[in-house]
Amino acid sequence: MEEPKVTLELALEHGLTEEEYNKICERLGRTPNYTELGIFSVMWSEHCSYKNSIALIKTLPRSGKNLLVGAGEENAGLVDIGDGQAIAFKIESHNHPSAVEPYQGAATGVGGILRDIFTMGARPIAALNSLRFGTLDDARTRYLFEGVVKGIADYGNCFGVPTVGGEVYFDEVYKDNPLVNAMAIGIVDVDKVTSAIAKGEGNPVMIVGSATGRDGIHGATFASEEISEESEAKRPSVQVGDPFTEKLLLEATLEVIEKGLVVGIQDMGAAGISCSTSEMSDKGNAGMKIDLNKVPLREKDMTAYEIMLSESQERMLVVAKKGKEHEVKKIFEKWDLSCEIIGEVTNGPYIEVEHYGKEKAKIESFDLVLGGGAPVYYRESKKPGYIDEIRQFDFSSLPQPENLEETFLKVFSSPNIASKKWVYQQYDSMVQTNTVLGPGCDSAVIRIKDYNKSIAAKTDCNGRYVYLNPKEGTKIAVAEAARNIVCSGGKPLAITNCLNFGNPYKPEMYWLFKESIAGMKEACEFFDTPVTGGNVSFYNESPDRAVYPTPVIGMVGIIKDLQNVTSCYFKNEGDLIFVLGEDFEELGGSEYLKVVHNLVKGDSPKIDLETEKKLQHCLLEMIDNKLVNSAHDISEGGILASLAECCIVNEENQIGCNVKIPVKTRKDFSYFSESQSRIIISVPPESEQEVYRIAEKLNVPVQKIGITGGNLFTVNTNINLSLEKLSDIYFNTIARIMNE
Amino acid sequence: MIKYGILVFPGSNCDHDAFYAVTKNMGNDAVFLWHKNTDLEDSDVIILPGGFSYGDYLRTGSIARFSPIMNSVIDFARKGGIVVGICNGFQILLEAGLLPGVMLKNESLKFICKDVYLKVENKNTIFTNSISKDVLKIPIAHAEGNYFTDEKTLNELIENNQIVFKYSSPQGEISEEFNPNGSLHNIAGLINKEGNVLGMMPHPERSCEPLLGNTDGSFIFESIQKSLTTVRG
Repeated sequence: MEEPKVTLELALEHGLTEEEYNKICERLGRTPNYTELGIFSVMWSEHCSYKNSIALIKTLPRSGKNLLVGAGEENAGLVDIGDGQAIAFKIESHNHPSAVEPYQGAATGVGGILRDIFTMGARPIAALNSLRFGTLDDARTRYLFEGVVKGIADYGNCFGVPTVGGEVYFDEVYKDNPLVNAMAIGIVDVDKVTSAIAKGEGNPVMIVGSATGRDGIHGATFASEEISEESEAKRPSVQVGDPFTEKLLLEATLEVIEKGLVVGIQDMGAAGISCSTSEMSDKGNAGMKIDLNKVPLREKDMTAYEIMLSESQERMLVVAKKGKEHEVKKIFEKWDLSCEIIGEVTNGPYIEVEHYGKEKAKIESFDLVLGGGAPVYYRESKKPGYIDEIRQFDFSSLPQPENLEETFLKVFSSPNIASKKWVYQQYDSMVQTNTVLGPGCDSAVIRIKDYNKSIAAKTDCNGRYVYLNPKEGTKIAVAEAARNIVCSGGKPLAITNCLNFGNPYKPEMYWLFKESIAGMKEACEFFDTPVTGGNVSFYNESPDRAVYPTPVIGMVGIIKDLQNVTSCYFKNEGDLIFVLGEDFEELGGSEYLKVVHNLVKGDSPKIDLETEKKLQHCLLEMIDNKLVNSAHDISEGGILASLAECCIVNEENQIGCNVKIPVKTRKDFSYFSESQSRIIISVPPESEQEVYRIAEKLNVPVQKIGITGGNLFTVNTNINLSLEKLSDIYFNTIARIMNE
Repeated sequence: MIKYGILVFPGSNCDHDAFYAVTKNMGNDAVFLWHKNTDLEDSDVIILPGGFSYGDYLRTGSIARFSPIMNSVIDFARKGGIVVGICNGFQILLEAGLLPGVMLKNESLKFICKDVYLKVENKNTIFTNSISKDVLKIPIAHAEGNYFTDEKTLNELIENNQIVFKYSSPQGEISEEFNPNGSLHNIAGLINKEGNVLGMMPHPERSCEPLLGNTDGSFIFESIQKSLTTVRG
C-alpha cells in the first residue's frame, strides 16, 4: 500500500501544530515519513508528552524521605514502608474512552493502572476509583454510570485485586464528559523493584502478552481533544480489555522478575510500541532496533504505522538479560502467553523500526519523549470572569427552611451524600483477604500479611470547591485526603494525582490549572506528602461546557499498629460524642446550597493548613492512646450527614445518638456548613478527661455534643428520625434510581 | 497434620487466600497443585479455589474442568477423597459432574460482594460436624451463583440431605428476601450423595480471622479436620 505523502496539512490532521511540525523536520534534518509522523503525533500528544502541564507539574514537591523513586521516574511512585518493603501506587484517567464506550473505557483504565504497578515488580493489593457523572435523572448518564461501574467491576474482580474505595459524584457539568480515574496500589520487596529501562547493547527486546490489533490507534490523540459529536466516531479508538490475560501477565511478570531474568519492563498503554520503545531507551541512554514482522498480530495486513500506534491492551515490552531469553519465554509459555523477541537494545541514540526489510522509522528516542525533545509550553493564563462574580453572594439572603428535618432528608438523600453501596457491592472488595476496612468509611485499610502494619488509602476532590476557588479547593482535597487517612488511624505518606481539567489553550482554563497546582504544592509541602506521580487529563470539555476543574488526590498512609485501625461508625451505646475543630458556618459550594437552593455560589470553605495539621496530630495521639472508638470527618452535607453516617454505616449494629449542635447564627447554616478541619469522635465515658487534656495541649477546639444509644437520630429540638428511615434513604437511594 | 492440595488454574485468584487460611489461620499443611500436572502430591483434601478460571470465558468452570489435574481430582473423589469447591471451584465441580445442577447468572445480572447469612441445613457431614451454631456469616463474591437443577434432582438433594447451606436471615429464616442471587431453594452449598464433595458459593477462606470481621468460615475447616482425625483414629 502506498503511504500518504507527509505534508504540513497531514501533520495538522494528526493534531500537531505548524510549530511542532517544523520542529520535527528540524530535529530529523528531513521530512518525516508517514510512520514517523504517526509516532511523533502520539508521542507529542498532550496525553504522552504533558507538553502543556509538565512545566507546572515540576513545581510540585517530588521527593521526600520515604520516596524511593521520584515522580515521573518510573511507571508509578514508590514509597518505603519499612521492613524492606515498598508500596507502588498511581492514579490515571480514562475519561475520554469512557465517555463513548463506558464499559471498555473504564475496564481498560483499570487494566492500564494495574500494569503500571506490576511492571515494577509489585503485586497489586488494592484498587480505588474516583468517578464523576452527570445527574441520574438523565438516561444517558445512567447508562454511562452503569457501564463504567460494570467495567471496573468485571476487570478488577477477574484480575483478583480488591476494589476497596473511592468516590462518586454527580453533577450536570460532567454530563457529556464523565471522569473515570482509576488508582492501584501494589507491594514489592525493595530489592525486587524493576525499572522501565532498556540498556546493555545486544539485550533482547521482547513483546509479551496479547497480540497486536488495530484497536486503540490514536487513543492518545483522542484523549487530547475535546469531546464533541464526532467523538462517537472515535469509538474504535477505545481499547478492549481482557482481565484474564492480564492476570496471567501479572503472574508471569512477577515470576521473571523474581528469577532475575530481566533488565527492564514497561507496560504498553498509550502510544503502544512507540511509547514503550522510546521511553525505555531514553531512560537507559540507549537505542533499539526492532522488526515489526516479529510482532504477533491479530489482524491481517497491518502497516508499520498501525503496529507502532496500536494500543491493544495486555501487552508489555520486556528487555531480557542476554542469554536468559529462553527462560523468560518458558515462563510466559507456562502461563499460556505469547512472548516474542522483536529486536535488541543498541547503543543508541535511535529507535530503528524495520518492516518487510525496509526501514520504516529512525528517530532519536530523546526527540520523542517527555523531558527530551517533546515540546514544553507555558500557556497564557487569565482569571475567569465568573470567579469574582460568583463569590459575591450574600448568604443572609437565603430563605430559612421551615422544616429542618425535611431539609436534612433532602440533603441526605442526594446521591452525592447517599451510600455508594449500589456501586461497591459490584466490586470484590475482599479478595486477597487483607481488607480490614472496605468501602464505606473514611479510608480503606489493607493489612500487610505477616506484619502488624497496614496501609490506608483514599481518593478525594470536591470539584465544586475547586471551581469556586481553585487554589483553596485543591488544598482542601489534599487536606481532606490526609484527614481521612488519619481518621482510620494512619499517618499520611504521599500522594498521586489525577488532574482533570478543560482545554489548556483557553487562558481561563490554564489559570484554573495553575492556581490548582499552586494549592497542591502548598498543601503537599506542608503535610510532607510528596507527589509520586499521576496523570493529567486536559480537554474535559463538550460543546456545552467544561467540567469542574477536578484535581483528584489519591493518598496512601501507613498504620503502624493494627490496634490503631479506626472505623467511622459508633461502636457502643453510651459513648460520648465530641467534635474536634471549629465551625465557621461556611456554605459556599455546599451540597445544601446546591440541593436545597439550587445554587453553586460563594467561596469554597477556607482551609488553614496549620489548624488542619494540629487537628490531625490531635486525633492520632488520641488513637495512639486507645481513647477513640470511632472517628469520622465532617465533609459534604455537613455535621448532620456525618453524624447520621456514624449511626448507620455499620448495618449490622446501628446505634442512634442524641446530640446538641451549637448554633452560631442560623440553624441551617450550622447544620449544613462544610467548614473544614472537623472530626466527629466517639469515646467511652472514662476517656473524657484524656480527650480534653490532649485537645487542650495541642490547642484544638473540642466540644462534647452528645451521647450514643437507642435507635433514633435526635438533634436539638428539630430532628428526630428513626435509624430505619435514615438507613433506607442512605443505602437504597441510588439503587432505587438505577432499578427504576 | 492434614495436607490440603489447592488447585491453581489460570485465572484462579483465591488460591493464595485458601492457602493462607488453611495454613496460617487453621494450622494445616498445604501445597499448590498446577492445573497442567496430574499428581495430587498425597493431599488429604483438595480445594478448588475461587476466581475466574480461564476468565470464565465460554461458561464458568467449563474449560477448567478439562485440565489434566481434574482427571486426578475426579478419581480422588470417586475413591472417597475429600474435595471442596469454593465459588468458581463449585462451578467447576458442577461442570465436572462431581455435583449435580448448574449455575446461572445472578438474578440482578450483577456481581455481588457482601456478607451473607447461611442456615446450616445438615450438621451431619464431613464439612459441618463441628459447627456450633445454626447460622453462619460468610461473604459471597460472584456474578453466577444462581443455582439451578431439575425437579427430580432437587428432590434427590432434599431426600439425601445433600443441601448443606441455605441463604437466610441472621436468625436463620429462609425466604426470597434473603436470597442474594435467585438460587433455587436459597441453596448456597451442597454435597454429593456420598458426602465427600462439597460445593459452596460463599467464601469460608475469607472468614477465618477476627481482623477480617468474622471467623465463621473456620468451622468448615475444623469440621474437615475433625472428620479426618476421627477416621485416622
